[in-house]
Amino acid sequence: MTLPRIISRPLFFLLPLVIALALTTLCILALGADPLQVAQTLWEGAFKDPAKLAGVLNFWIPLTLASIGLIITFTAGLWNIGVEGQMMAGAIAASWSALYLPIPQPEIRVAASVICGALGGAGWALLVGLLKTRFGVNEIFGGVALNAIINTLAIYLISGPWQPPEGGSAQFTPPFPAEAWLPVMSPDFQVPLFMLILTVIAAVGVIFALRGTRFGLELRAAGKSPRSALLLGVPVTRAALLALILCGALAGLAGSQRVLHTYHSLRPLVSGGIGFYALLIALLANFRALPVPLLTFALAAIVAGSTRVSVLLGIDQSLIGVFQGILVLVILMTAGLRQSRPDAGKV
Amino acid sequence: MNESLLNMLNSIVANATPLVIATMGEVITERAGVINLSLNGSILLSAMVGVAAASLSGSAIIGIGAAALMGGLIALLLAFTSIRLRQDQVAVGFVLTLLCGDLARFLGKPFNNLPNPIIVPNMPIPVLSEIPVIGRVFFQHDPFVYFSGLLVFAVWWWLYRTRPGLTLRAIGERPEAAFSRGARVNRLRYMYTGIGGALVGVAGAAYSLGIKAGWASSPTMDGDGWIALAIVIFAGWHPFRVVFGAYLLAAMRAVASGIQQSPDINIPPVLLNMLPWLLMLGTLILVSGGVVERVVKLMPTRFQDGARTLLRSTPPAAIGTRFDGD
Repeated sequence: MTLPRIISRPLFFLLPLVIALALTTLCILALGADPLQVAQTLWEGAFKDPAKLAGVLNFWIPLTLASIGLIITFTAGLWNIGVEGQMMAGAIAASWSALYLPIPQPEIRVAASVICGALGGAGWALLVGLLKTRFGVNEIFGGVALNAIINTLAIYLISGPWQPPEGGSAQFTPPFPAEAWLPVMSPDFQVPLFMLILTVIAAVGVIFALRGTRFGLELRAAGKSPRSALLLGVPVTRAALLALILCGALAGLAGSQRVLHTYHSLRPLVSGGIGFYALLIALLANFRALPVPLLTFALAAIVAGSTRVSVLLGIDQSLIGVFQGILVLVILMTAGLRQSRPDAGKV
Repeated sequence: MNESLLNMLNSIVANATPLVIATMGEVITERAGVINLSLNGSILLSAMVGVAAASLSGSAIIGIGAAALMGGLIALLLAFTSIRLRQDQVAVGFVLTLLCGDLARFLGKPFNNLPNPIIVPNMPIPVLSEIPVIGRVFFQHDPFVYFSGLLVFAVWWWLYRTRPGLTLRAIGERPEAAFSRGARVNRLRYMYTGIGGALVGVAGAAYSLGIKAGWASSPTMDGDGWIALAIVIFAGWHPFRVVFGAYLLAAMRAVASGIQQSPDINIPPVLLNMLPWLLMLGTLILVSGGVVERVVKLMPTRFQDGARTLLRSTPPAAIGTRFDGD
């Protein structure tokens, strides 16, 4: 098979997409729904009017923050499954600040909450790092356990200590005072400009930091071969911890956006699965930072649109995970097919 | 003996059973050199498939068969993608665990909270169940429990007392050496990954047709797959230690729910849900090299060697690697 590369490369990208779409369609048909109607409702749910587009951006912000953070840890060779918990830790810290730090000026109050969120996420990620570097617990297992622990802690805080004395809902904390909310661009376009700018800066910063700085080089060396990196004098442990802290801080920012803007309160499972979406995004991007913002935008549109699908057509949102999972799996498989061809390695 | 204590021991054995079956599957797989990280998703999807097949056919046996088939297929997909298509086992397993979990939630919707879930009935074993205490604790259960017990001895016997079992361990430790002695490394890895996956599928059925009958959109066994993976590490890939780990965890849970019910102890019940995860972290810290060495050094010299073998957890040397020989 000798197709010119200009044809074969897009083909290898499109083929998985087509297969994933076909299999997802089968799943929809299995439940007796109309796939075309699902697609149309999805599109309307994402782009029908500015409010819908704002919804897409509000999902794009935390998804991109978490994904770009994961690119850092993947570059360092770490499977940071704990990103979901790091978002929750950020959300808890930001909520604590929003609820209990009585700062009069709204700007400082919001900024303090966001900073708390980043610190919370970074701290929780550092725990994964210390478990790995000091105690030899693989980051996958440390991450899974810490995810469950922080989620339980959140449920405890929500149902107990953070309830108002007069009693409230066990499902969420009392709403934060309006001064603690992230200010939005306009009433019709409720996107927090501050977080949008922060996300763009973070994405651009990570793209360049991984490419052109000594830090990026050290991370890549540590990720490719920790032993040789160590022998060459790269501080491998420090690189791993730093990568985790940065990823955790970004995930914490993502968690802050969820509580300080999306919900205006802390609730269980505040992340809405963003951490797991982000892990698949990192795989889709083949661990490179550059494609991340576009991929996250596509996924954010699908997720935002799917709310409408689930409301109107009664189709569960787990369909997105199914589609994304099939897509990544098929991409891995076609990548394998490509490599096992005779001219492998000449890509 | 106290009646409520007997009940508690009985329920510990019942609750540990799916974990025992799943971990046995994973022990076989990992001993052959393949990491099947898809356990959590596999268990969910096969549990759902088990409920679906059982309720459509009206037969629990067909449900168990379908669940085993599902688990086996997922594992073979992992084996194919990592062996033939040479992709990273961790990546593939991770994608599969997410995908299967979401598939289970999505496709399982028509089977959410069915009114009369099909359940595998309790079958006390005639003579053995009459033995005081032991009969009550071990021999008054559903067949999954007896299966798990037989399975443990079967896996141990196969691994340590048979020739093919020696080959199985060899392809996980030194695939090149095994290959030069005539073992078809990758073919065997397919086989053991498939068998291990089928056992994981049976574990799923042991939840959904056994102790946690039925299917719900937020399944109660979610997370147990990760715990099972951790138990395998904690147990040093040895069948008997694995059983100990699974029972230890089930006992912890029983104690936690006991605390929850007792009026004198004042711990918020939600926080008790952290216990299995803290236990998981604690045991992983314990078995990782450094800590064991420090603990062993504190012991009298003549116990040190024994303690080291007992506590140490060394993974199969070639775990997660690829073998390109055949």
